[in-house]
Amino acid sequence: MSLLNVRNLRTHFHTEEGTVKAVDGVDLDIRPGEIVGLVGESGSGKSVTARSIMQLIEPPGEIVDGDIEFKGDSLRALSGERIRRLRGKELSMVFQDPMSAFNPTQTVGRQLHDVLRTHREGPVSITNRLLGRDHSPEFREEVVEALDAVGIPSPEERYGDYPHEFSGGMLQRAMVAMATICDPDLILADEPTTALDVTIERQILSLFRDLVDNRDAAALWITHDLSVVAALCDRVIVMYTGKVMESGPVEEVLSNPRHPYTEELLESVPRYDEPDDELHAIEGSVPMPTDLPPGCVFADRCPEAHDRCREAHPPMYANVGPDGDHRAACYLLEEER
Amino acid sequence: MTLIETDELTKHFSTDSGVLTRLLSDETVHAVDDVSIDIERGQTLGLVGESGCGKSTLGRTLLRLHEPTSGDVYFDGDNITDLSQRALRPYRRKMQMVFQDPQASLNPRQTVGELLRKPIEFHGIAEGEEAQARTAELVESVGLNRNHLNRYPHEFSGGQQQRIGLARALSVNPEFIVLDEPVSALDVSVQAKILDLIESLRREYDLTLLFIAHDLNVVRHVCDEVAVMYLGEVIERAPVDELFADPRHPYTEGLLESILLPDSAASEDLSKLPITGDVPSPIDPPSGCRFRTRCPEAMTECDRVDPELRSRKGERGERTVACHLYD
Amino acid sequence: MSTVTESTDPDSDRDAHTERDYSTARERVLSQVRQSPLAMIGASIAVFLLLLTVVTLVDRHLLNRTLITTLLHDPYATHPENRLQAPTLVHPFGTDEQGRDILVRVIYGAKTSVIVGVLSVTFASIVGVAIGSVSAYYGRIVDMAGMRLMDVLLSFPAILLAIALMATLGRGLENIILALGVVYVPTFARVTRSEMLSQKEQEYADAARVVGYPDRNIILKELLPNCLTPIIVQATFSIALAIIAEAALSFLGLGVSPPTPTWGMMLSKGKPYITDAWWYMLFPGLAIMVTVLGFNLLGDSLRDALDPQEQGEGRI
Repeated sequence: MSLLNVRNLRTHFHTEEGTVKAVDGVDLDIRPGEIVGLVGESGSGKSVTARSIMQLIEPPGEIVDGDIEFKGDSLRALSGERIRRLRGKELSMVFQDPMSAFNPTQTVGRQLHDVLRTHREGPVSITNRLLGRDHSPEFREEVVEALDAVGIPSPEERYGDYPHEFSGGMLQRAMVAMATICDPDLILADEPTTALDVTIERQILSLFRDLVDNRDAAALWITHDLSVVAALCDRVIVMYTGKVMESGPVEEVLSNPRHPYTEELLESVPRYDEPDDELHAIEGSVPMPTDLPPGCVFADRCPEAHDRCREAHPPMYANVGPDGDHRAACYLLEEER
Repeated sequence: MTLIETDELTKHFSTDSGVLTRLLSDETVHAVDDVSIDIERGQTLGLVGESGCGKSTLGRTLLRLHEPTSGDVYFDGDNITDLSQRALRPYRRKMQMVFQDPQASLNPRQTVGELLRKPIEFHGIAEGEEAQARTAELVESVGLNRNHLNRYPHEFSGGQQQRIGLARALSVNPEFIVLDEPVSALDVSVQAKILDLIESLRREYDLTLLFIAHDLNVVRHVCDEVAVMYLGEVIERAPVDELFADPRHPYTEGLLESILLPDSAASEDLSKLPITGDVPSPIDPPSGCRFRTRCPEAMTECDRVDPELRSRKGERGERTVACHLYD
Repeated sequence: MSTVTESTDPDSDRDAHTERDYSTARERVLSQVRQSPLAMIGASIAVFLLLLTVVTLVDRHLLNRTLITTLLHDPYATHPENRLQAPTLVHPFGTDEQGRDILVRVIYGAKTSVIVGVLSVTFASIVGVAIGSVSAYYGRIVDMAGMRLMDVLLSFPAILLAIALMATLGRGLENIILALGVVYVPTFARVTRSEMLSQKEQEYADAARVVGYPDRNIILKELLPNCLTPIIVQATFSIALAIIAEAALSFLGLGVSPPTPTWGMMLSKGKPYITDAWWYMLFPGLAIMVTVLGFNLLGDSLRDALDPQEQGEGRI
């Protein structure tokens, strides 16, 4: 039973240069308790996918097609009000830059408190706000616990600190706290550790894994870093210019990639334990999003491309590996059957 | 033969910009503290560390983009620390820099041709047509082509912009280049191309490089020697293979253990945290050894005396460590 | 416009975020201005006035007013028998107390307003930009000194400062331009300083220093060109303000001497007749209003056109 089920998502941006098909036919599926990694380089559409799921796409962008089902309900069909109530409570998001997620003029504790209160009791009336009757000691305690749970030392004191008084790593923890305080079922994390040092990143990853396990939540973790996916995720989806190239269990996909792009990507990651290997780069360049080639989007750069690849984009082939649910969109797989 | 040398180089920043407040308060950021390193001609020295360790500041202070608070910088034997801007000019030709953010490092209002030609003309290397010819050569040597000379930086991708940055650094025929996280902002599939380019340019132009990075995987592939910084100090330095095979300083060990690889077979145990806690504030670094607050091996001596960098004989050459464990 | 497709270069990469390809800032701005009707109105008014200024200047100084006299009437010729006539076909804006046609005097008045507006702002921008740049670039004491000096100027309400300066300098076109110029210097200093402060933190500024350019070059040739946007926008708004200020000064009798018609002076002269000859104040007043509106619209649209581009394009 899926928590989140996305079928054929297409999100396009209508610009002066043409239509950018940022997400073009993406399927994804998240079950409770799992962390799914969404991997891709710049321009792959991974961030747009997340924002589409959260219904955060604004013009000139538009979700032109696709079903997004969360706990059985279609998100696209919900009213703005219903979506707002879902966001933060059942479906929350963690962003790359914590500074931009927090209001710089309010204390961190206060902001978490307000998130909690809004979702438990609804928005506060203006009168109550003016009279100062909007601060609840019970909620405050929960917030302090939440800050503690994410590993922020002296949470009682830090409750009253402003975002700029936190270091990057600490603020990112606070953001994780904000995203999990209402016990959401699904957390979308958009490159939350990309800007962090490796030691801090590791701490956040560890924390995140624990949180998800303890609460039996699920997460979609967006990153460009395959190493993070290897360490954190159960399943992985590899995207390239708006399409899914390969997906499957992490161990499988990373040790036995079935799509040339995944292979090439893995090869181009520099490794300190293979210093004599020459650095591998992927030939060619990412195509202009307004000018995608007719066939397989990766064909121009693929070492294994042949004529058929330039005619039409390949379908997704299922069961390409021993462990079920490993899929890849590559004609080579058909030839193997 | 030593090309770059620093002697107890220190750079502190004050936290307030007001004239009066600075007189009254005493808060300084100890970005770089008493760093004495040297770089041999032809060498590629890697400088690694996490945010706030001062590696970027050190690179910039070497080039006098920041004025040193104290200490000296030597280029090829000459003390360039206190030279006036005018006297420094001939040295500027020889010492260049490539920046981390490819787009931000290129003036958005200048075409590629202009930004390559101006340094050439400014330093009297060539003029007019000859300068034009040189910019064309330059741009081709970094893998772009002549048509690109008329374009503006924003029309290029990140990788191409970084190539332009490299071309600009090379335009004055330098001997030494500081590369400040040159590939951090680029996609992985592009990083390799730029790193290859850097390597081939290094060989072709016989360059000495200071490669500042936080990604140890990259550093392994590119550098001859690596220096590790923490909170403004160099705490270890060794030939690259040696450092990875046998890290001495607990921080270096922890860093290496924290590296993640796309290798699920390694079955990363996330609950294992080689280094916990946050980096202390550089405004008030811990007394004694700065790493002691997070060091699994901290001893009583560590909070009293800040260990000096001492030489140890390594398997593959000279190496230095600043840690009481080895004193 | 042209897009950058590097298909000819096998080595080129197009990796990071999809940058939209625009050719030049100027082209983008022009296209945005063209798309907005209000912007076009503003621009048209401004251009029209500039042309009018040039033509009337030529007419006044080289042709001895023949052009306007032939086409309409002589702005200086007095016809007491025609005094204070209501608007008719012959005199669409009516006549003043000396029988002069108000339409031609309004037309002739334009040049004073425009010249004062443009030249005073030119002066203010040159001096203000210089002070602002130097303050921002060198910071600390220099900044403090510069900005406190600007604060002194700003502590006077603009019109009062202008009046005080005019009282000291005496009447005359040059003095108005100088006085108003001084009044607007702080605005430009601030705008420049603010933009310069952020530009000098950019890495390309560091790159310029590493090349070894002297500070003067860096400020003038590297940083300032990137600061122009808000300065240009401010200039259009300041021209509007200067025109109003000039009108106010003329109204108070501190402006240029007769017989040169200026809108402010006409307002002043028309005041006693406001109940009997409503046209006397109305038309110069309208002229001021339309001019100021035009420059403000132009400034608004320039700001909108130039701003989003500065933020960069959305990443996908």
